[in-house]
Amino acid sequence: MSIALVLGALLAAACVVLVALPYLREPQAERDVLEEPSELDRRRLELAEARDRALAALKELELDHRTGKVSDEDYRALVGPLRREAAEALRALEPRAGASGRVKVERPG
Amino acid sequence: MPELGRAALVATLGLAVYAVVAGAYAAWKGRRRLALSAQNALVAAFGTSIVATVVLLAALVRHDFSFVYVAEHTSRELPTGYTISAFWGGQEGSLLLWLLILTGYSTAALLVNRRSARDLVAWVTPVLGGVTFFFAFLLVVVATPFAVQAAPPDGSGLNPSLQNPYMMAHPPLLYLGFVGLTVPFAFAIGALLARRTDERWIVATRRWTLVAWTALGVGQLLGSHWAYEEVGWGGYYAWDPVENAALMPWLAATAFLHSVMIQEKRGMLRVWNHLLVVMAFSLSLFGTFLTRSGIVSSIHSFTQSSIGPWFLAFICIVVFGSLALVFARLPLLRSKTRLESLVSREATFLYNNLLLVALTLTILWGVAYPILHEAVLGESRIVGPGYYNFFLRVFGLPLLLLMGIGPLVAWRRASLRSLGLTFAWPAGFALLVGLVLLALGAGSSIPGLIAYTFSAFVLASIALEFSRGTRARRALSGGSWPAAFSALIGRNRRRYGGYIVHAAIVLLAIGVAGSSAYDTVSERRLTPGDSLVVGDYRLTYRGLEEREAANATEIRAVLGVERGGDSLGTVQAGKNAYTAERQVSNEVGIRSDLITGEDLFVIAEQVNADGSVYVRAFVKPLVNLIWLAGLVFVLGALITLWPDAREQRRLALRYEGAEAPARP
Repeated sequence: MSIALVLGALLAAACVVLVALPYLREPQAERDVLEEPSELDRRRLELAEARDRALAALKELELDHRTGKVSDEDYRALVGPLRREAAEALRALEPRAGASGRVKVERPG
Repeated sequence: MPELGRAALVATLGLAVYAVVAGAYAAWKGRRRLALSAQNALVAAFGTSIVATVVLLAALVRHDFSFVYVAEHTSRELPTGYTISAFWGGQEGSLLLWLLILTGYSTAALLVNRRSARDLVAWVTPVLGGVTFFFAFLLVVVATPFAVQAAPPDGSGLNPSLQNPYMMAHPPLLYLGFVGLTVPFAFAIGALLARRTDERWIVATRRWTLVAWTALGVGQLLGSHWAYEEVGWGGYYAWDPVENAALMPWLAATAFLHSVMIQEKRGMLRVWNHLLVVMAFSLSLFGTFLTRSGIVSSIHSFTQSSIGPWFLAFICIVVFGSLALVFARLPLLRSKTRLESLVSREATFLYNNLLLVALTLTILWGVAYPILHEAVLGESRIVGPGYYNFFLRVFGLPLLLLMGIGPLVAWRRASLRSLGLTFAWPAGFALLVGLVLLALGAGSSIPGLIAYTFSAFVLASIALEFSRGTRARRALSGGSWPAAFSALIGRNRRRYGGYIVHAAIVLLAIGVAGSSAYDTVSERRLTPGDSLVVGDYRLTYRGLEEREAANATEIRAVLGVERGGDSLGTVQAGKNAYTAERQVSNEVGIRSDLITGEDLFVIAEQVNADGSVYVRAFVKPLVNLIWLAGLVFVLGALITLWPDAREQRRLALRYEGAEAPARP
């Protein structure tokens, strides 16, 4: 019983320390704010996803064309719009990143 | 030390409450330190769950029968392996295993993502805390594993059905799957709460979903093998409610794994993906509820308990709360892109999803109908295998066909000319296989013949994908064929790992169709010297053998096996009489032919005092392909899960500005 009590007390103390750790490490935090992405950050992330989607689709299309799954005719019909999508996303990303200096979506702490 | 175990569980409950309250407040008000503190509470809850687990395991190993749980589920004679597996053999222990795995997953998911997706993780924490709270509450208030009593001299032992090596791996794997689905659920709900409409939650949970899905799949296959060996009715899946309970979340998770690719590739189906995650998680809770509440009579359910109402209430909160949140966020989730053509890769994924969800809901209705009927009208009803087999054919066969069609169709749209060229070889091969099988007499089962023809189509399309891909890779970068093959898989792990998983499903379909549609059965009473003919086999009964095992008396009928006049040795089937448990189990005899994949399966239904036995014997063609499918499934899943440095770099570029990318 006494060993169990001691172990239980140690366990409780360890839990309290772990839970309080952020406050023990930074008792007087200069900035205790959870950074959230701004509207600009969210828009930039959407564009980055659109860019990745378009680039990945181009890569898939090239592979499908090379493996004969997509005919030359289909390839020609699909590749143009995909390149335009990728280019538009890339263009849209550049000035926005510049406008906010260096946009950070999330900052690790 | 039951007090320490109880204290650890109470601490877990307190930490979970803190994670919910502090976590939600921190996320709402944007308090960084409080959010970290709430996350640490979940990490601490993992520590306290470990302590509770160690206390119970120690009591089991020490045969401390002052613990009611230990006395009810073990005995002194029980072999050590089964004594340890008794940890999840009873209700309280299995709930503790749920809690342990849940807090373990939560800790890992939070630690991996807390730096890279901070605002998302802030909302994920209270969701994980809420699920942890529910299970800790059950263990503290409703079903504690640390109840004590005056220690009896010996325990009641473990249910003989659970004394099987598969039971040491099957339940933990199922739980890894059930519980693992909490992570994608928590991130999906967290993303909705944080109003994040990007794909961060998908990137952050992709691997967790795959791990859970793989564990659930392998766990079910091990469970089927257990049923095949241990339950002794000659099958491996009986559409038992508890078996269905594991199948439903797996099917929903399969649908999610496919539909999430459409979101990643085309930015579509955002609402649908959230709904599928909620469905998979809710079904995993429903599965645990079915197994643990004792509400259904099942060979897999070993308990009657009072946790049912609590589970139902929690499932209702999860389902209605999640649906309300998805509804509230609908304006944010609208997709900007639309399906371009009904003949495209994404369209085949959509058809696949509709079929998978239809199959899941059909099974759910088959499970729920008897429960609802009894609850409302007070009369029991049984939904038999005929219902499930019918819908398995209606939805399963088109699904099988789609596995072959999908890889051959291009994204966005495909012209009929392209399709004709791509489909010609696999379709021709499938037709040829179908005709050959028909000529060999496989037409005795039309669904079986269709399943084999479709399987041939899928295998041909997979082979075509690999061969064309390898040729293209070699043409692009030169080198040897094996190097090109390896580079092809290495550069497209999800795609080609997925094809290997598809090959595993085809093996499974062939094994199921062969062993169920084309099996042979024969039965009769035998006295020593009598023979029984089943398929190509002749079984000659030689007599009974009796021996003492560690905790049971084993009695076996020894039967000589011949095929085509050649002796193939003997097969033994009989019964085990367990001393402490005072129960008798069926022990089947199985002779596997690893060349043909066929099993000779023998059950000694009755062992009579005069030395005669009533024997039922089956020949099950291709049944071993089912177990082989498990190995191929794991291989495909591992390839898909293997980290991809290129993808990591791409994600790092996407989340430019963050010091570390989200870790999928």
